[in-house]
Amino acid sequence: MKYTYYPGCSLRGTGRAYEESLLAVFRALDIELEELEDWNCCGATTYLSVDELTSYALAARNLALAEREHRDVIAPCAACYLVLNKTQRYMHDYPDIKLVVTRALAAIGLTCEDHVRVRHPLDILLHEVGLKTIAEKVKIPLKGLKVAPYYGCQIVRPYATFDDQHNPTSMDRLLEACGAKIVYYPLKTRCCGGSQKGTLPEIGLDLIHYLLSEAQKNGAEVIATVCPLCQFNLECFQKEAGNHPPISMPVLYFTQLMALALGASAKTIGLQRSLVSIAPVLAKKEIAYA
Amino acid sequence: MPEIRSPGDGANREPPRVGVYVCHCGTNIAGTVDVKAVTEYAAKLPGVVVSRDYKYMCSDPGQALIQQDISEHNVNRVVVASCSPLLHEPTFRRVLSRAGINSFFLQMVNIREHVSWVHLDKQAATEKTKDLVRAAVRRVSLHKPLQKRRVPINPNVLVVGGGIAGIHAALTLADAGKQVYLVEREPTIGGHMAKFDKTFPTLDCAACILTPKMTSVGSHPHITLWTYSEIVKVEGYVGNYKVQVKRKPRYIHEDLCIGCQECITACVYKEGKTPDQFNLGLSKRKPVYLPFPQAVPQKVVIDPETCIQFKSGKCKKTCVEACGERQAIDFTQTEKFEEIEVGTIILATGFKTFDASRHPYYGYGRYPNVYTSLEVERLINAAGPTGGEVVLRDGTRPKSVGIIHCVGSRDANTNRWCSKVCCMYSLKLAHLIKERTGAEVYNFYIDMRTPGKGYEEFYDRLLDEGVHFVRGRVAEVSDWAVHPSEEGKLVIRAEDTLAAFVRRIPVDMVVLSVGLEPQADVQEVRRLFNISCSTEGWFLERHPKLAPVSTFTEGVYIAGACQGPKDIPDSVAQAGAAAAEALALIDAQFVELEPYTAFISEEECSGCKSCIPLCPYQAISFVEDKKKAAINEVLCKGCGTCVAACPSGSIQQNFFEDDEIFEEIEGVLAYA
Repeated sequence: MKYTYYPGCSLRGTGRAYEESLLAVFRALDIELEELEDWNCCGATTYLSVDELTSYALAARNLALAEREHRDVIAPCAACYLVLNKTQRYMHDYPDIKLVVTRALAAIGLTCEDHVRVRHPLDILLHEVGLKTIAEKVKIPLKGLKVAPYYGCQIVRPYATFDDQHNPTSMDRLLEACGAKIVYYPLKTRCCGGSQKGTLPEIGLDLIHYLLSEAQKNGAEVIATVCPLCQFNLECFQKEAGNHPPISMPVLYFTQLMALALGASAKTIGLQRSLVSIAPVLAKKEIAYA
Repeated sequence: MPEIRSPGDGANREPPRVGVYVCHCGTNIAGTVDVKAVTEYAAKLPGVVVSRDYKYMCSDPGQALIQQDISEHNVNRVVVASCSPLLHEPTFRRVLSRAGINSFFLQMVNIREHVSWVHLDKQAATEKTKDLVRAAVRRVSLHKPLQKRRVPINPNVLVVGGGIAGIHAALTLADAGKQVYLVEREPTIGGHMAKFDKTFPTLDCAACILTPKMTSVGSHPHITLWTYSEIVKVEGYVGNYKVQVKRKPRYIHEDLCIGCQECITACVYKEGKTPDQFNLGLSKRKPVYLPFPQAVPQKVVIDPETCIQFKSGKCKKTCVEACGERQAIDFTQTEKFEEIEVGTIILATGFKTFDASRHPYYGYGRYPNVYTSLEVERLINAAGPTGGEVVLRDGTRPKSVGIIHCVGSRDANTNRWCSKVCCMYSLKLAHLIKERTGAEVYNFYIDMRTPGKGYEEFYDRLLDEGVHFVRGRVAEVSDWAVHPSEEGKLVIRAEDTLAAFVRRIPVDMVVLSVGLEPQADVQEVRRLFNISCSTEGWFLERHPKLAPVSTFTEGVYIAGACQGPKDIPDSVAQAGAAAAEALALIDAQFVELEPYTAFISEEECSGCKSCIPLCPYQAISFVEDKKKAAINEVLCKGCGTCVAACPSGSIQQNFFEDDEIFEEIEGVLAYA
């Protein structure tokens, strides 16, 4: 199995631990990832609200580059995943957008024929690799580590292609295969506030607090995420909770937990980058990781 | 103009004299087609002796024109260019009959639905009309005299489904003296209505108005009631259907059981262990049970899935002991098949409710105190699992209840249609819940839809009673509390689109007003009775306005919610209409069938048998001594499958013979 890997900016910035752990998981499962050459920013959701056409052109450039490889593309960041999928969908549905974007790409000698599939690692791991294979490769079972699986809004809305829109379970099942226990978490697709923390901090803090306190109430020892912005929001503002009592809860990428189980060492998967360390929890559970 | 083929009976040896009649249909056609130009053009076509246009050809003066030309100008072939033959072919055929010529010497050209209503360019539409008229003129010259077939009607009627629609239809027919077979899948009749406590908007007791009708069905001398039974095979045609009914074993001799229920008391299970289907799983029943106290027939059923005797063969059989000398219990019973002959069939197979777990964000199946509306109907029902008490799963009374409308209705993700009854039943439930518990009741609605006699007044009454109404589709039901007042409650979050903000309303109980859906096996049933469904799965009526209970299969009628969401008054009205249609057919004593049957030219048939398995109506058999296929004209419905499939071209179809079709095609293509 070989895929084109589109890291996106976050995985080279605040989300470095996501990239490190993702690569470790795929290595452990013998899946080859080849980074897309000369990729650019996907435009994220912010650019879409400023200048739609330019943002589609930005995203489409990545799609055009990827098409030359004739492989599915993996986009781990939830925003990249959404923007690339949305661009494909819009180019397909709206001829006027397609026309402008095609012209823009033609100016730099590229074409975009809409034949790559942009996929999320959850999708690949669950549907291509499979739970059985993953369970067989687990070296350090997570021993019932209580995980709140937090998917955020972007990978299931509006395009739920590989999981249920309202009650996704792909991450639940992957982490269970690694020995974790999934706690009841009804807010698994609720918004983390996105960039509200910067613009309307009161509202942003409320949203963050709901997610953290519900995980805590349901007995979670760690929250697993699939999105750099969710991870950032949930981890960084636990002490600065406005009217709410402070919370201390490790927030990791789901790939960090999987990589741990697959035997990767803490340093190589960015555990040391956490603001709230998971080490005490793992020690309590007697999970002796590398 | 080709020679007219001799039909063999000498009826049409004279050369064709075609009359062409172009209809304006007011401005429906004349607005888009130059009717005068078409008429003038047609007049010059070979074989045409008279060509006229008229404002409404279907009117009496229009018909008189044609009749007059037949007698005065010896017109012997008629082309009418007007609307769809579905509407007026019978009208014009009658004109030909009245004028004394065979009614099949008519060809209609649909220049309304196929031309004027679908085109804008008048010149192009006129040219297309000329082409179609020319084709019809050429085709009609080859028409042969045909006769409709007359077949007698068997006066017996099959009614499928024992809900309120089926019950009403069966009683209407039986009271008119017809023999009715009422077949119901469940062990009792009554359908959904039997589960309700009250009906809207009058709040009369559902059982009080339904059970007298149910018992009438059970005791009516003209009704044969088969419950716990299903139709497995339907053969034949209008007036003469042969139907096979599978009667599932209830392990009770219906003729011996008197409904004393002593076997239920005596069952080795002291308490019920199986979710009671009639109470939607809100209570438990024993392996031997009566679906509900007023069940008709009052005969118990044994469920072999849970009965110890069936599972291990080692039960003490206290039920048999209790039954004593009556010996109504029979563990060896097997399914039986009954063959019946009926002339007409009424399908009243009803609906199912939307599966609320398909909306995971409303928490059905996850939060115990989220109920469907049908479950709450059972809670409210005095004969239900709580004896009419509206209580939560822990037995306490709710202090606040939220009713969410349009669950599985008016939703692009599930069902687009409005289920029509939910607004009204939600109002009814709101009233009853408030009356029984004194709880604060909140209705969350998109639009209140209350058209119907006394319906809007009922809505007004509820507003006066202090029931709360929030206009807004509910986003989610959850159990996570933001505020201490929400702790331990179900929180309904919805945008109040009248007040323009998002509300969070904590309640003890949530009622999901589930929509109506076609039955799960609607496709199998549709095929069994050879009728059509809409894309949603509702049985398709012949015409949405003018033939609402007929189907495209003669003699098969539909009534009640199997045709689309309907409340009780509408279902009953439709059932009455279906019964009246069946009676009309029965009282006519015979039916005329179109002569569009297939026939085999014996000398050309090679006896390859390819047609035989293709016939959906088993109308083709193989005559061994001649080594030829033979078509039973009575069974043939004229679908044309065998005609298309015959490798030697030896099968032809009346009115659609090869030369007629080719002549029409050449007529369209011959640019003149």
